[in-house]
Amino acid sequence: MKVAVVVFPGSNCDRDCKTALERAAGAEVRLVWHGESDLPAGLDLIVLPGGFSYGDYLRAGAMAALAPVMEAVKEAAGRGVAVLGICNGFQILCEAGLLPGALMRNAGLKYLCKPVRLEVANAQTRFTAAFGEQREATFTMGNGEGAYFADEGTLDRLEGEGQVVFRYLDNPNGSARDIAGVIDARGNVLGIMPHPDRAFEADLGWSDGALVFRSLDGSRPRLAT
Amino acid sequence: MSPGFAVQVHVFLKAGVLDVQGKAVESALHGLGWSGVADVRVGRLITLRLPATDEAEAMAEAEAMCRRLLANPVIESWRVEVGS
Repeated sequence: MKVAVVVFPGSNCDRDCKTALERAAGAEVRLVWHGESDLPAGLDLIVLPGGFSYGDYLRAGAMAALAPVMEAVKEAAGRGVAVLGICNGFQILCEAGLLPGALMRNAGLKYLCKPVRLEVANAQTRFTAAFGEQREATFTMGNGEGAYFADEGTLDRLEGEGQVVFRYLDNPNGSARDIAGVIDARGNVLGIMPHPDRAFEADLGWSDGALVFRSLDGSRPRLAT
Repeated sequence: MSPGFAVQVHVFLKAGVLDVQGKAVESALHGLGWSGVADVRVGRLITLRLPATDEAEAMAEAEAMCRRLLANPVIESWRVEVGS
């Protein structure tokens, strides 16, 4: 699996994502600077990692959504390349209009950094197929602006179309309808607030995150033999 | 001062979107003795100067900036004021 992890000024999970993808899915991972206007050829996956891109100026993800590399990300997403936004990456995908809704200040106003139990609400996406019958997962969250918001009509549509992929079992931050992760209508762009890249091996405390990366590896188009 | 129009953009969370900062400030004001204070909302003021041929053009440009960057239309509303 060929992967590009985009590095914005202020990203701080770029190398975590690279390591997680290499170790959990044997991926070939390139780090790509936000100022690039082209992405490597033949990508299976683009990851927008967690962090505080551009210092969260104006709104979390707002400046990064306008970075030069994002035109190439949008173009690749349009071609069906998988795009995974984790934490700040999810905020960037919403600001860029690749996912519906927005991430707002946590209801308790606190930065929350802890493991969270999630329901795998849709295990039939290319990001979650490896969960199989497993309906629960634990990742760790680390954010101050992770409360998912969308208008009621959008929330109804997301739920109706199976676009809610992960839900909090104990909603920590006031996210609408307990939503922790959503996928776009075409099924190739996923945003999630808790970090699979911080929970991909038992030594980290939790290993469920590896299933996200293995799902993506398994969903690659195979050459006919 | 640079030429053009002085623009003030006020950005607030939309009515109906929970403003947790506003709630926290409200409860802090109650704690300081202003017990009757209600409806506290925290927003953002952005000021800029903008070249334009007239006020209407400056207003239209500022509105476009709000839609593209200065506000997030999913959660925020805004008000633009143009001066000279």
